[in-house]
Amino acid sequence: MKLITANRLFDGAVVFLAAEGWVADIARAAVLNAADAIEAGLAAATRAVADRHVVDVNVIEVTLDAAGLPVPVRLRERIRAFGPTVPFGEAARERLAA
Amino acid sequence: MYRYDEFDRDFVAARVAQFRDQVARRLAGELSEDEFKPLRLMNGVYLQLHAYMLRVAIPYGTLNARQMRMLGHIAETYDKGYGHFTTRQNIQFNWPRLVDIPDILAELASVEMHAIQTSGNCIRNVTTDQFAGVARDEIADPRVYAEILRQWSTIHPEFVFLPRKFKIAITGAAHDRAAIQVHDIGLQVKRDDAGRIGFAVYVGGGQGRTPMIAKLVRDFLPEEDLIAYTEAILRVYNLYGRRDNKYKARIKILVHETGIDELRKDIEAEFARIRDGALRLPRADIDAINAYFAPPAWTDLPDDSAELAAARRADAGFDRWVANNVAAHKAPGHAIVTISLKPIGGPPGDATAGQMAAIADLAERYSHDELRISHEQNVILPHVEKRHLKAVYEALKATDLAAANAGLITDIIACPGLDYCALANARSIPIAQRLSERFADPAREEEIGELKIKISGCINACGHHHVGHIGILGVDRKGEEFYQITLGGSADERTSIGEIVGPGFSTGDVVGAVEKIVDTYLAVRHSRDEDFLATYRRVGQRPFKEALYG
Repeated sequence: MKLITANRLFDGAVVFLAAEGWVADIARAAVLNAADAIEAGLAAATRAVADRHVVDVNVIEVTLDAAGLPVPVRLRERIRAFGPTVPFGEAARERLAA
Repeated sequence: MYRYDEFDRDFVAARVAQFRDQVARRLAGELSEDEFKPLRLMNGVYLQLHAYMLRVAIPYGTLNARQMRMLGHIAETYDKGYGHFTTRQNIQFNWPRLVDIPDILAELASVEMHAIQTSGNCIRNVTTDQFAGVARDEIADPRVYAEILRQWSTIHPEFVFLPRKFKIAITGAAHDRAAIQVHDIGLQVKRDDAGRIGFAVYVGGGQGRTPMIAKLVRDFLPEEDLIAYTEAILRVYNLYGRRDNKYKARIKILVHETGIDELRKDIEAEFARIRDGALRLPRADIDAINAYFAPPAWTDLPDDSAELAAARRADAGFDRWVANNVAAHKAPGHAIVTISLKPIGGPPGDATAGQMAAIADLAERYSHDELRISHEQNVILPHVEKRHLKAVYEALKATDLAAANAGLITDIIACPGLDYCALANARSIPIAQRLSERFADPAREEEIGELKIKISGCINACGHHHVGHIGILGVDRKGEEFYQITLGGSADERTSIGEIVGPGFSTGDVVGAVEKIVDTYLAVRHSRDEDFLATYRRVGQRPFKEALYG
């Protein structure tokens, strides 16, 4: 199972290709199985690059969790999808102060 | 400290306007990503895992309160409320939007800061001793020469497209706090027999996938020849450095493959050709730059402070903080304060916007409006009167910045690693956090003494693992994070590259492995006076290997 991810051009945010376009929540991403679906997704991504919506397109491998939601196989992509694994900023300071 | 002149102001303002136009053209489709990428990199803008990252230059690690306050303002206004101080004395913001970056650069320009040459194959921010200008063992203030090099190297047309990036570090004292021997050029300020100031010049050091200790290329370079000789080195490198393979393109590879004696001939020949020309530094110019770094008006004080002594007796936590985080200052009655950005369990090198503002307040009130960033990812108040140390400590405690661990085992250098960096193979920050929690007991830390742990999330070695007394390198082994441990690295005047101790450790096992190494050190050292590095150099790897692998 695969899905297509990229970074949004204007702000760099991680986004995933979904039926309704590019979304920030991986849970809404289109999970692609068939080769022709991946090919169609990549064609849409290429258009999005040309239209200056996204940059740095990648196809990544995912599995489904117990709720049927996609989870990237590689740690790198899990961190991209769900954020740093450590608290940061004020949250980190408050945690340490507690 | 150095203040912009009209040229600097106009130049930085022009670069902001230029980048604003480039961003607009990218968003409008007039520039492709391939065209835009080198332009954004020239302005310190990367695309990382989660977002763009902006690296802001802090020239030779020196800044004032207004500048620190601006960094906090940028963190608060344009980012997620924090910044990350790096091993190159810079700061990185992890979440800025591309559309906002021209405004951020304009705000930075308003306080004489920028992000120029913080990326790309050019001469990067010159780094130096965080105690420059105040250290008792200093021969001359290295920031003077760092500033001269900054002026010479900024958009130097010949050196904007080098084979690879180029890093210069300077120490003003024989004791090297700037890691000069792992830089492309390392300069050590010294005096010759006649008392003239000059430099020992090292070339070809570096970390990354091929760590090398720099070679001494010239034992004494007169002060006035600094630019001519540096230009000669750069010209030879630009001519002969490899451009066919990025992994072999740094000057360290050229030095290694050519040999320092052969390369020295080329450098000296070029130097002889240009040294009497326009690049010889006029005395008046050196004096003018020196004037920018003239010491502030320190109060005339006795060296001993009765208030300090009484406060130390009354507060054990303060006493410990003074013992570890306060260094000797060249002016009697004054001290250098290291503000540790390594709270137990925290991400090394991070500061929140509020903490940056608090540090700026302290600089204004107690440190003649001056701050430094160390390559060890801490902040320095360079000019604190000893009688004010208790007040500084209390203010730091109030904003969670009073960790009393400078130079100890929990003062860990760590790169952003896989939590942020697109190049990383493994996470660094969680390992640093767990290690600092494991060694959090103050009595245990003090029993261990000086011990530098340095962690990198990939072989590019931004976390300086090669020169850690204990170095930790994160690798990807079949999709799993693994950590390779090196021992015996050092980045001071006796620089050494750490040696791999054996097979790597899983995420779960690496903290325990480091603890075994530390326990072994405590068991085999002659006394508390024999620090980890000295012990390792005496006993070698064997007892550590036995402890780790049986």
